[in-house]
Amino acid sequence: MKLLTLNFLSCAVKACKSSSASFPLHPKDCELESAEIAPNPKLLFNILPRIDWDALVVTASELGFTSLKATPPTNEELEGDEKMMTDLHTLLLETQIMEGSLVCANCGHEYKVKEGIANFLLPNHLV
Amino acid sequence: MLPTPSTSHVAFDRIYEPAEDSFLLLDTLSSPPEKAFLHERFNPPNTTDGNSSPSPLVVEIGTGSGVVLSFVHAHAEIIFGREDILTAGVDVNRYACEATSQTIIIAEQEQKREGKSHGLYLGNIVGDLTSPLREGMVDVLIFNPPYVPTPDLPALPQGEVKEGLPSFEDDSKFLELSYAGGADGMETTSRLLDALPAILSERGCAYLLLCAQNRPELVKDKMRGLGGQWKAETVGSSGKKGGWEKLQIIRIWREP
Repeated sequence: MKLLTLNFLSCAVKACKSSSASFPLHPKDCELESAEIAPNPKLLFNILPRIDWDALVVTASELGFTSLKATPPTNEELEGDEKMMTDLHTLLLETQIMEGSLVCANCGHEYKVKEGIANFLLPNHLV
Repeated sequence: MLPTPSTSHVAFDRIYEPAEDSFLLLDTLSSPPEKAFLHERFNPPNTTDGNSSPSPLVVEIGTGSGVVLSFVHAHAEIIFGREDILTAGVDVNRYACEATSQTIIIAEQEQKREGKSHGLYLGNIVGDLTSPLREGMVDVLIFNPPYVPTPDLPALPQGEVKEGLPSFEDDSKFLELSYAGGADGMETTSRLLDALPAILSERGCAYLLLCAQNRPELVKDKMRGLGGQWKAETVGSSGKKGGWEKLQIIRIWREP
């Protein structure tokens, strides 16, 4: 799964949905892989406005990408900064989580990721 | 006709094999009226800064072989009028999730070979309906549910995934989960419909497959009953000559 996916997921436990701590989930002991994708500035421009940037900064820093600024770049800033463009391309479009866990900060449940597929089925006591 | 993604690699002893219902979804999503609807909805006239609207997120629930999601993913430019869509799938069956990823890869390679575009696939998640998703994110939701009326609803698999290949009993259970819908074939679909208003974005819409015994008219009325801006219409159908499995696709959306 792409790292970007974490921006669209939250804890599957019903009681957690209303808690701000259930998003984003926190990667733990994750192995990452990079799948090469041809440069695509238009895709990047159109993904950025729908991203929760604060959550992305949290996810990225937890996975060791600490170069993100506190606020999202404008298209003009991005076009004028080749390094930022490359970094965001790598982070958002190419980086995949292959193994590890995603942890809810509200209930502590860990969702396992195996071979790039996360398991969000809950054990009986959490359904 | 747009080409159907290849699923010859899929193990159909534990994953639902593309059938009439799958193909009705493909035909409906690529029909001229639905293309027109999706083009208009996701390509609003340029705003003042000249940028496109944000990339739509397309999520299929119950991807099975992945034939429907891969079709939309590969033919995004024709169906949506833009290639920059994000796609993701959810299925209770881990093997279906693996199969879908593979089907997507093959469909992407096919597009590339022909010099054509495709969307950005985020991945597949093992989960129960929309429960892994954050609210308000999904722009297009596609669901070919377990719609066959059955005396009982099979239990969902539990948290941990077993090691090794599934047994014959496991396989039967996975296949049963793909079609058995409980009372009126609606028990699983009803849960999805209840979650829909929270899951869809402002511009979101859903494509849902139903059979005659699911009482599609009641389903549409229920969704319209959510409020004045909610719409529900039949946008595709097959098996008009009769028979118990007359199928239709309904589209559910909000008018701004």
